[in-house]
Amino acid sequence: MSTVAEKVVAGDIRAVARLIRDIDDGMPEVREILKELYPSTGNAYVLGITGAPGVGKSTLVDQIISHMRKDNKTVGVLAVDPTSPFSGGAILGDRVRMQRHSMDEGVFIRSMATRGHFGGLTQSTRSAIDVLDAMGKDYIIVETVGVGQDEVDVVKSAHTTVIVVIPGMGDDIQAIKAGILETGDIFIINKADREGADKTMSDLKLMINMDKKKYAGGKWKPPILKTQAVFDKGVSEFLEEIEKHRQYLIRTSGELQFRRKKNRVREELTDMLKKRLIEEVLENLTETGQFDQAVDSIVEGKIDPYSACDNLVLPAIGVFSGEPVKS
Amino acid sequence: MGKKRQIRVMVAKPGLDGHDRGARIIARAYRDAGFEVVYSGLHQTPEEIVEAAIQEDVDMIGLSSLAGAHNYLFPRTIDLLHEKGADDIVVCGGGIIPDEDIPKLKEVGIKEIFTPGTSLDDIVNWVEENVKPR
Repeated sequence: MSTVAEKVVAGDIRAVARLIRDIDDGMPEVREILKELYPSTGNAYVLGITGAPGVGKSTLVDQIISHMRKDNKTVGVLAVDPTSPFSGGAILGDRVRMQRHSMDEGVFIRSMATRGHFGGLTQSTRSAIDVLDAMGKDYIIVETVGVGQDEVDVVKSAHTTVIVVIPGMGDDIQAIKAGILETGDIFIINKADREGADKTMSDLKLMINMDKKKYAGGKWKPPILKTQAVFDKGVSEFLEEIEKHRQYLIRTSGELQFRRKKNRVREELTDMLKKRLIEEVLENLTETGQFDQAVDSIVEGKIDPYSACDNLVLPAIGVFSGEPVKS
Repeated sequence: MGKKRQIRVMVAKPGLDGHDRGARIIARAYRDAGFEVVYSGLHQTPEEIVEAAIQEDVDMIGLSSLAGAHNYLFPRTIDLLHEKGADDIVVCGGGIIPDEDIPKLKEVGIKEIFTPGTSLDDIVNWVEENVKPR
């Protein structure tokens, strides 16, 4: 095992922090390290928390960290915030709510920006989950705003997916419905002391009951809980539901390594392939200038974009030779 | 996707100081310059700041102090980074810092101090010139 991998498995904070940076920055050398770490993964319980900005996700995460720590469990947090599509920069502010845990050696918190590259978030977050898993964290919490396919996919990598809403979000619940709502294992109505909590509760109930068939035969039916994260109200009940869901997963699949299950592996490998292919092919075409040439040709009307695409991609994937082109 | 490193910085508010308007504006300017900015929130001890900076793998910490305790808080941050073997992280500071304190702070390792009136462009340019992704 390489020194970096050894350090990660031994729980070295600096090595972990640096490795996640390398993953994020797309450094090719991380692949070898991730390969070495993979056998040490599969032991952590992954919790995905999602919801619109301002619903209190980070505060909720802060509270559940405290509960998990009282239980002597170690926790890793990946807090994802959006990258500005204009400047490429990002303000990563989730940590503010959790900063009281920063001196606790049993807690590792890392902010990540979405960065907006092709499926990059999904891939780098999954790799970061693997790193925290390999370093031995019992729980890994991934927090995202849950907008866009990438973020939905990230949340789907979790054992338990939690969707947080606040009272009065009626229309917004409709807005998040397509895409991520179906993936919710637990629903939280945070800031439940606000007006409209009961209405939100009945809206959510109605919505879940419409999927009755899905929950037939003892399948998991998402519970809806009211919390006031700032006051730590409803948080222990929330943790009980997480535990119930964990037990349910153990009962129904016999084990928790569901990221190793066929459909999950298929999905994750597809994502990994997509990202890698785009990366390698696009990089190669850009470096050799072929990409820019093709752009110019299309602009000058010498070729149509469909043929240009064929010209670029077919040699790269070796369709004509029957053999993949070695990079 | 790239082999190009993204600059990551942390904007931190050490000590009992509730004035974070400036820190927030700086954070925003950094974001607009294309950096990833981790904001620490208020009332942080140097210990908490250093630990967070290490976990976040930032290239620079920007300390903001408007409450007069910079002569303790800034050098303490430098000492802790040194102790943790993380003194490759650049530290700069800003806020209400009297001129006569600046040489002492620079001597202990604060790379630059920005006082009121400094333009955001100047600060961003300084970071671009002096902070390289590690």
